[in-house]
Amino acid sequence: MNMLTRNNRLQIAKRGFKDLVGAMLRKPWIWAYLAAGITYLATLLVVSIGGGAWALLYAALTFASFAVIVGVGQMFVITLGPGNVDLSIPATMTLAGTLALKFMETDGALVLPGLLIALGVGLACGLFNFSLILLLRIPPIIATLSSSFLFQSLAIWSNRGLRIKPPQILADFTTGGTFGIPNAALVALLVSILAWFVLEKAIVGRWISAAGQNSRAARLGGVPVNAVRFGVYLSCAVLAGFTGFMLANFSGGANLNMGAEYMLMSIAVVVIGGSSIAGGNSNVPGIWAAALFMFLIVSMLNSYGFGAGVRLILTGMIIVSVVALASKRGHKI
Amino acid sequence: MNRDHVRILLPVMSLVILLGAVFYMQPRAMSYFGLNLLFNLAVPVALATIAQMMILMVNDIDLSIGAFVSFCACVTATFVQSDPVVGYAILLAAILLYAAMGAVIHARGLPAIVVTLGMSFFWAGMAILILPSPGGAAPGWLRVMMTAKTPFLPVAIIAPIIIALTMHYFVKRSALGVLLRGVGGNEQAMERSGWSVMVLKAIAYGIAGLFCVLAGMALVGLTTSADANIALRYTLLSIAGVILGGGEFTGGRVSPIGAVIGALTLTLAASFLSFLHLSPDWQIGAQGAILILVLAVRLVFTRREALV
Repeated sequence: MNMLTRNNRLQIAKRGFKDLVGAMLRKPWIWAYLAAGITYLATLLVVSIGGGAWALLYAALTFASFAVIVGVGQMFVITLGPGNVDLSIPATMTLAGTLALKFMETDGALVLPGLLIALGVGLACGLFNFSLILLLRIPPIIATLSSSFLFQSLAIWSNRGLRIKPPQILADFTTGGTFGIPNAALVALLVSILAWFVLEKAIVGRWISAAGQNSRAARLGGVPVNAVRFGVYLSCAVLAGFTGFMLANFSGGANLNMGAEYMLMSIAVVVIGGSSIAGGNSNVPGIWAAALFMFLIVSMLNSYGFGAGVRLILTGMIIVSVVALASKRGHKI
Repeated sequence: MNRDHVRILLPVMSLVILLGAVFYMQPRAMSYFGLNLLFNLAVPVALATIAQMMILMVNDIDLSIGAFVSFCACVTATFVQSDPVVGYAILLAAILLYAAMGAVIHARGLPAIVVTLGMSFFWAGMAILILPSPGGAAPGWLRVMMTAKTPFLPVAIIAPIIIALTMHYFVKRSALGVLLRGVGGNEQAMERSGWSVMVLKAIAYGIAGLFCVLAGMALVGLTTSADANIALRYTLLSIAGVILGGGEFTGGRVSPIGAVIGALTLTLAASFLSFLHLSPDWQIGAQGAILILVLAVRLVFTRREALV
């Protein structure tokens, strides 16, 4: 998202430095970038300078990209307004990764069908979620929660706790890089550019925001609210399935708790990134900053040599303080 | 029959049907010992569900309950057992911190879902610091209390009844309970009629913290040891329990009796499968399926209610 900031800067530079600072401070995602930048520098203080700086950024970009892809999906859902959260993301990831890898059986020729299976699983999960929400009128949190129980069971049943290895070609792709940039990050960048375009430039994006700000007003204003919600839940699940596929290939196999941390992660990156948890307001650049930030905190605390306990405590305190500092009054679940 | 009665009918019926199915398949479960086995792990779940209910009652949601109950369990299995004064001081401080979290969430207008998410890291870290590897021991009195052979009904049945009735009295009948539900119903109206919403929210969170502590202690009393991940599943189970019991996400519409019944139903759903001789792979799935089923039936109820 560096390109974006640069573009903004070019437009604003003419109006002087003061305007620039003012404009930047008004961006909801600026705090997340600042926080990410500070943690990056703080980590570099202990990591040896030189190869360390780039290696750290490379690792951060790689790990952040998974959080970015699920985060984009979650952001669409959260934008729909209060009470809209997809808690089935980890289960969908696990199920998609497991089934796809099981199908491919490390056969490099089956990469495309494998990918399609992962996306298809995501699609099916999304359809199931949304049918619970629309047909049974179950609140989204509970609907996605209960369906995640089902998906999780399905994943357990289908792989019986075995670790299934990915095809070599996919393992190489997801762990490798192009022009010095990790492939995973390139894919995530593509996804986020697409998401940014949909949100900011396409009518659908306006519809999503409108539905999130006041769904009754949006409906009366001619927005096909249910169709919008349908699309959003579906794309969130498809993105989760896709991430599950990528992550399973990246980490050398699908296992049952591979998605576990992404439930917290997906919500955290959206909110720390500056999207309103109350819905109706979202931004893509912030997700990158928040995802980098979340990874950098962990590596910072690691490089300072803290144990697991202290690391978790500090992570929690930092998340809470960033949210407390960045939030304006009036945000509610 | 007023609306509250209709609301409680469904959770009661789902529990009765599930229990009936279990008894049908395994008549020997219909005994003092059988009931105790079926329900004894439900006691901590019920306590955690009440905690979640307190938070949902004021229109927030707590995603840190699992981590916090684990933390409390770790403290109970270590400090409370070896050094009671320090142990209880830690637990008291934790409850106060919970109350403070509620106050801060309100004062700064923070999204509860994210703050509690962050706090779940905090509690998980504390739990690991206190008990790096599974272990510890249950305080003697706690073990005795949780495994007591009470006459007629086992502890596993008596405890949920006491919890449900006490909380029912508190939430539905006491002045404070009404105020707290008022915060869930209309926060601004409460503020304007002169109540401090911040204090009320702190109270709600404090009570939630207290019940999490009780849940952690009850869990250690049953399992006799703890580890840092012992109760992570409680976050989701507690939300599911409240909703299953007829609670709503907004508007302060909750039912303590329903919540406890919801927790019992979810616990029973897990045992149900072993009676069906289904593979344990489907245990979590069964909880999800029962949740969906009950909510689907509720839709029929609420539609009828809307028509009347």
